[in-house]
Amino acid sequence: MPAAGHNFLGTAAHFSTINAVGVVGTSPGRKEGPQKLCGVAKYIDDFVFPGCLWGVTFRSSIAYGLIKKITLDPAFPWEDCVVACAKDIPGNNFVSLIENDQPLLADKKTMHPMEPILLVAHTSRHRAYEALNYIRAEYECKEPVLSLEESLAKKRVIYGRDNVFKKFLIKKGSVKSGFAQADVIVEGEYRVPHQEQAYIENNGMAAYVDKKGVLTVVGSMQCPYYVQKTLKQIFNLPDNRVRVAQAVTGGGFGGKEEYPSILAGHAALLAWKAKRPVKMIYDRREDMAATTKRHPAWIKHKTGLTRAGRLVAQEIDIVMDGGAYATLSSVVLSRGTIHATGPYECPNVRVRSKAVATNTPPNGAFRGFGAPQTLFAVELHWEKIARVLRKDSLELRQLNLLKTGSITATGQTLSESVGAEEALQITAKKSDYLRKKKRYARWNRDNSRDKWHGIGLAVVHHGAGFTGSGEISLASRAAISLTRDGKIQILASSTEIGQGANTVLAQIVSETLGIPFDAVSVKTPDTHKVPDSGPTVASRTCMVVGGLLQCAAGALKSHAAKRLGRFPKNAKDWKTAAVLLCGKKPERRFEAGYKKPKELLWDDPAYRGDAYGVYSYAALAADLEVDKTTYAVRIRKITTAQDIGKAIHPLLAEGQIIGGIAQGIGYALLENSVFKNGVMQNSQLTNYMIPTSVDVAPTDVTIVENPYSRGPFGAKGLGELPMNAPAPAIAAAIYCATGRMITELPILPEKIAKSLEFTQK
Amino acid sequence: MLAIRLTLNRKKQIYRGNPFKRLIDVLRENFELTGTKEGCGEGECGACTVLLDGEPVNSCLIPICHADGRRVETVESLGSPGALSPLQKSFWKEGGAQCGICTPGMLMTALAWVRRGGSGDPDAIRRYLGGNLCRCTGYQHIVNSVIKALKMKTTKAARL
Repeated sequence: MPAAGHNFLGTAAHFSTINAVGVVGTSPGRKEGPQKLCGVAKYIDDFVFPGCLWGVTFRSSIAYGLIKKITLDPAFPWEDCVVACAKDIPGNNFVSLIENDQPLLADKKTMHPMEPILLVAHTSRHRAYEALNYIRAEYECKEPVLSLEESLAKKRVIYGRDNVFKKFLIKKGSVKSGFAQADVIVEGEYRVPHQEQAYIENNGMAAYVDKKGVLTVVGSMQCPYYVQKTLKQIFNLPDNRVRVAQAVTGGGFGGKEEYPSILAGHAALLAWKAKRPVKMIYDRREDMAATTKRHPAWIKHKTGLTRAGRLVAQEIDIVMDGGAYATLSSVVLSRGTIHATGPYECPNVRVRSKAVATNTPPNGAFRGFGAPQTLFAVELHWEKIARVLRKDSLELRQLNLLKTGSITATGQTLSESVGAEEALQITAKKSDYLRKKKRYARWNRDNSRDKWHGIGLAVVHHGAGFTGSGEISLASRAAISLTRDGKIQILASSTEIGQGANTVLAQIVSETLGIPFDAVSVKTPDTHKVPDSGPTVASRTCMVVGGLLQCAAGALKSHAAKRLGRFPKNAKDWKTAAVLLCGKKPERRFEAGYKKPKELLWDDPAYRGDAYGVYSYAALAADLEVDKTTYAVRIRKITTAQDIGKAIHPLLAEGQIIGGIAQGIGYALLENSVFKNGVMQNSQLTNYMIPTSVDVAPTDVTIVENPYSRGPFGAKGLGELPMNAPAPAIAAAIYCATGRMITELPILPEKIAKSLEFTQK
Repeated sequence: MLAIRLTLNRKKQIYRGNPFKRLIDVLRENFELTGTKEGCGEGECGACTVLLDGEPVNSCLIPICHADGRRVETVESLGSPGALSPLQKSFWKEGGAQCGICTPGMLMTALAWVRRGGSGDPDAIRRYLGGNLCRCTGYQHIVNSVIKALKMKTTKAARL
């Protein structure tokens, strides 16, 4: 297998100018669109396995304590069932992640409500659920830690010595001297809650052992190789005995990053024991109550500024609630910490952060990954500062925004592709922000109106790819296969989860090779068929994996040119080249592996350096009205400009932006997870509200293209960026409308009513 | 055993079995029409929307006996991947489907709107689609897809 030994992005770029097919920058119909539109795309619940059993989960009903005894009530015919517990695990009882502290099945003790303890499989799904009613668990309950404050108080320690999973400290300059220079100091405190990913397809997995003894798992997931890693050590099996393949996946948003490893482990354990295929599909209640959510957070700001509004010191303290196990909390916290200053340059910064343990289901990945939490705080804080300085937050932002040459809090010099100012300028202009603000102030003074009007702004950034040295550790690989009959196929573990990975990666390869878009196919991610391109997370698929594929395609093209004597121009040339390159083999693969760009430097212990290869930037204005009787908020218009380097597929890019904004609107106004004793009380779409088509407003999107020299065709990360901006802009608009700044999400009508009750008579 | 007769995707069918089995389960299990998806099981998300005598309903809330003597239409009654219906084509071209799980239900509600002579007013379309949740698109491209389909209908008088 020839490896393209180039820097992961870049060297293949010149191929794009030859035989350019012009598909990059256009919007062909998504690759798998017709199958999805006809209902023939197979999601995991659509697969039929002969002789399949249904698996269900018996879960902890207490928050924290010892499991003394589990009894199977003989009133149920258990001989019809297969039951598995921790003792049935052939290998290690933990889920492979950063700390490996989470068991696949609780054994002896339980750390949170809904923790899986026992698994049951039955030929009838209905009977399997019924069996759960005949399992009796006896616990010795311990006093749980249920909130972030309780965890910080350390009266009860449930993790390590101090309940702290991870701490970070970012220092730039000296905040002490910064505050000494400041004309004004503004402090603020902000809170954000859990948020449920609420993909419409619940988590689901099927497992079986094939004829060759290979443990095979198929299901809804973002990261097949993460699942394989967990299964290998659960069963003590090597790579070639564990195969993980993705089924068509009905949305992920981070919610299918780490949890599928657990569900896959459960289905596989039952299948292993039953020696039959086992399917496990969560219903909505179980999915919402038991799987991960966005980390709640508590963020404090102390900001020093000159009278003119220039930042001189930012002191930020962050606490995130990680839930009962470490899982991904350290990396969520890391991203939240790095993004906490907002896209602004300040000479003196100190950010201190910690993720703490509570006896609640572990929180995890959700689009934005820590950044929406801390960016909500810093962006809304500008309104507070603006009030003190009697200026508009637009002017203050313009004064402090990152630009080319700026140095971030981690000490990274931004050398290119900094589109924050341009995004803000476009957004302010297109939303008519300043004039509307004045007009609304006049409108709101008129007491005869039945609604208040408001407009609010936010500017955000998002680092693309893994943080710091993360991409080096991942060492991702991706390949292009040329078959003997001249067909081109993409081999990568990046999953299509709705974001358009199949389409965008095919466009990059098509453009690079100079062959039609329709001639490029994408292999379904399968650990036995595609190389490990890293997880489908962190806004990295297009930029990082797309870059690898551009490189692999470049290698294929130069090899073909060498054998053919010229660059292949048409299908006939490709067939000739295929025969020459494949020899007698059915296919030839060209693979590219990630190589760190040499100028990127990161010091992990000091937490300093180039945190990301590049950042994407977005500005957003929310224009809304608040009903004076019901306090219901109606968004009238969203205007946004987002710098994503290059839109490989403008329609899909716009779809990502509008979709991310809708989730941000839910975060700001609707989505309220109610917890009692560590259990989510509203684990239904009936009482956990996500936005409908009526709740989201028409959105005016401008895509700004400040190309990134190392991204394929200039592309940067896009997936998470749009999630970061709506909540603070909406909170600012509500402040503009009502004069009340509500610093805790979600801003429900009840909260607006409460904030006003002391002033209205 | 009691026979329930229904017209399913323009074909007469007979179902024998538990008369209270949910319509979605009958479609998916007895007739192997897995295009209809379950999202919440309580009539909230609309992913399982099918047309019952032309009206969109949540098939997770309807016992099969309710369909006796009636017309049921699912996503499978539209086009095929090689020959998309105009409505499906509009969704494909306008970005109306992302992860695709809400798509079959969304298409059936949109179809009912188009057939009843619904207008191209985006607000009216948003209200009509209000019972079908989508977590990916933010709905705008879905609304655009429906508008495009309405235009195709008037220009071509095509069967949607």
